[in-house]
Amino acid sequence: MTIPNTTIPNQGVYLDNNATTRVDPDVLAEMLPLFTEHFGNPSSMHAFGAAVGGKIEWARKQVQALLGAAHDSEIIFTSGGTESDNTAILSIIEAYPKKREIVTSVVEHPAVLALCDYLEKKRDYKIHRIPVDNKGNLDIDAYRAALSDQVAIVSIMWANNETGTIFPIEELAQMAKAVGAVFHTDAVQAVGKIPMKLADSAVDMLSLSGHKLHAPKGIGALYVKRGLRFRPMLRGGHQERSRRAGTENAPAIVGLGAAAHLALTHMGEENTRVKAQRDRLEQAILAAVPACFVTGNPDHRLPNTCNIAFEFIEGEAILLLLNEQGIAASSGSACTSGSLEPSHVMRAMGVPYTAAHGATRFSLSRDTTDAEIDHVIAVVPGIIAKLRSLSPYWEQGAAKPKEFAPVYS
Amino acid sequence: MWNYTDKVKEHFFNPKNSGVLETANAVGEVGSITCGDALRLMLKVDPDTQIIKDAKFQTFGCGSAIASSSALTEMIIGKTVDEALVLTNRDIAEYLGGLPPEKMHCSVMGAEALRAAIANYKGEEWVDDHEEGELICKCFGVDAAMIERAVTVNGLTSLEEVTHYTKAGGSCQTCHEKIEEVLEAVMAKTGALKPAAKHTPGTVGLDAIKPLPAKPEPAAAPKLTNVQRMQAIMGAIEEMRPQIQRDGGDVELVDIDGKDIYVRLTGACSGCSQSAGTMMGVQMKLVEALGEFVRVKPASLMPAHAG
Repeated sequence: MTIPNTTIPNQGVYLDNNATTRVDPDVLAEMLPLFTEHFGNPSSMHAFGAAVGGKIEWARKQVQALLGAAHDSEIIFTSGGTESDNTAILSIIEAYPKKREIVTSVVEHPAVLALCDYLEKKRDYKIHRIPVDNKGNLDIDAYRAALSDQVAIVSIMWANNETGTIFPIEELAQMAKAVGAVFHTDAVQAVGKIPMKLADSAVDMLSLSGHKLHAPKGIGALYVKRGLRFRPMLRGGHQERSRRAGTENAPAIVGLGAAAHLALTHMGEENTRVKAQRDRLEQAILAAVPACFVTGNPDHRLPNTCNIAFEFIEGEAILLLLNEQGIAASSGSACTSGSLEPSHVMRAMGVPYTAAHGATRFSLSRDTTDAEIDHVIAVVPGIIAKLRSLSPYWEQGAAKPKEFAPVYS
Repeated sequence: MWNYTDKVKEHFFNPKNSGVLETANAVGEVGSITCGDALRLMLKVDPDTQIIKDAKFQTFGCGSAIASSSALTEMIIGKTVDEALVLTNRDIAEYLGGLPPEKMHCSVMGAEALRAAIANYKGEEWVDDHEEGELICKCFGVDAAMIERAVTVNGLTSLEEVTHYTKAGGSCQTCHEKIEEVLEAVMAKTGALKPAAKHTPGTVGLDAIKPLPAKPEPAAAPKLTNVQRMQAIMGAIEEMRPQIQRDGGDVELVDIDGKDIYVRLTGACSGCSQSAGTMMGVQMKLVEALGEFVRVKPASLMPAHAG
């Protein structure tokens, strides 16, 4: 099978929106005056500062609206998802020093997992990492068993970045509240795609990242429910009501505000048009390519994400050939991350390593067009067939796996 | 994004000699479970001349694994079995114009498949004896397994010793925390490290850190005359040259301008991604030899009037 010579849509096909998104032109337009005429420091007394301060408060209200938060003062602007996650966990363990346990899941983002590893190793915290089943669903019994009055904070992601699988956050938050633990969720992938009303929720803290929802990189927010004990990670100024010191990144904050406003407007589209494009892409690939399957839970996942494991071939090779066709995707393979380990999410779900290495994530956005999806559908089967013709695990003529047991080091 | 040479891309996008060799009389199958790469190498060896008449491969792996396999077959066809056995993984990487440090293990897999195939041809049992771990030092391509081995075998106890034995951490110095973690883990295993005192709940561990013992002040270096100083610099550089020449490069002294020492790296050093590390090495050596702080700079940075 050869790769058809279809034309590549204009700038290439960007299906890696869970990694980062394009800044929306309307977002950029809102930001630009903050670099030029409205350059003042919002802390200053003069009119230059006051103009910027007003824009920042406007942006805060947009984020409040997107999250359905009760008060705009519950939003703290940060440098992004990682800072928000770190601030949430470090803040709570400092506020509750006698509680020595943290509950999280095995499939969290490294921003949470690496911090928990560190707290376990260097500060003697007991970390409960709740496992998932082969569809990526959280083990609720293990979660219930881990909860106790010794738990300072629970940090569980709203939706998984690799598979898009959604966790039952409200139920998990209520269970955590019942034992007196603070509940934090890394909602970096979920915000803008799942409707939220934190005012009526048991969620205490929530992290979001601007560049996942068409705002620029380097800006994010942490939602902190009113009345929650909070200890800042950065000290040194009164900004963000002394909860995050440092002169505000005003252009990016305004960008995040504009992006939050647009995300609310487009949420319906994400769950209809984008979802339909995702489903069409997935079904076409599953129908055309033998020995591949969807990872995660297809019934409970983000509308824009599709993660397909192509068995017996390796992800980086897939990405290189996709890239030749102008298509940007990402992979759970070891070789794309620079580490030798395949994705911890794939391993946690028990995906065999010959499939985990070939796991390929296509993540769409409201920028995705039907023509782009057509192009991907046209070229993927040929790419997979080409790599399988090189694979020692694949019986070419029979188009099926074959016996192969190399000596492993 | 991938930092691959054109040669790697050429061998990945259009691999040579891929597929099944039906007439093979030597087959090597190896894999690396940590990276999930696997390679089957098939050779057709002429029993009279011992020449490898044909070679084909099948590879499950990333771009550089496929390129390394393709390069390997091109390199060995036409060679005798004994000539082929001399090839190392470095030869494969060089043939491809270099591989990123994270990807060197792909060339290792190629070299191992070759040895496995030749052992198969000779009717010998091939045992894999190399281990690999997480890449710790990107500058010199040193992985955790290599550091563990160096620490265990030589009874190392400090970061500085690890750098001296393995080069790890000797260049950009950003991996020092990881090296110390490996060091601590090995020392804890061998009992060389006493377990740290348990922290009392609520503290953040700072109590466990004892102040460092005061370092004795280094004896003031005797003041050198300009001629002595120049000779010391020339001598130190001369001492370093054999080591750099072993890697195919060279270094020459261009000028001395107070604290600024200008050198020129030539041969394999020029344009090498590790040349910054080499410059740093020269600087450390000179600081040591002179007993004063100096900066080593490439000759290209010399002020115009001085050149």
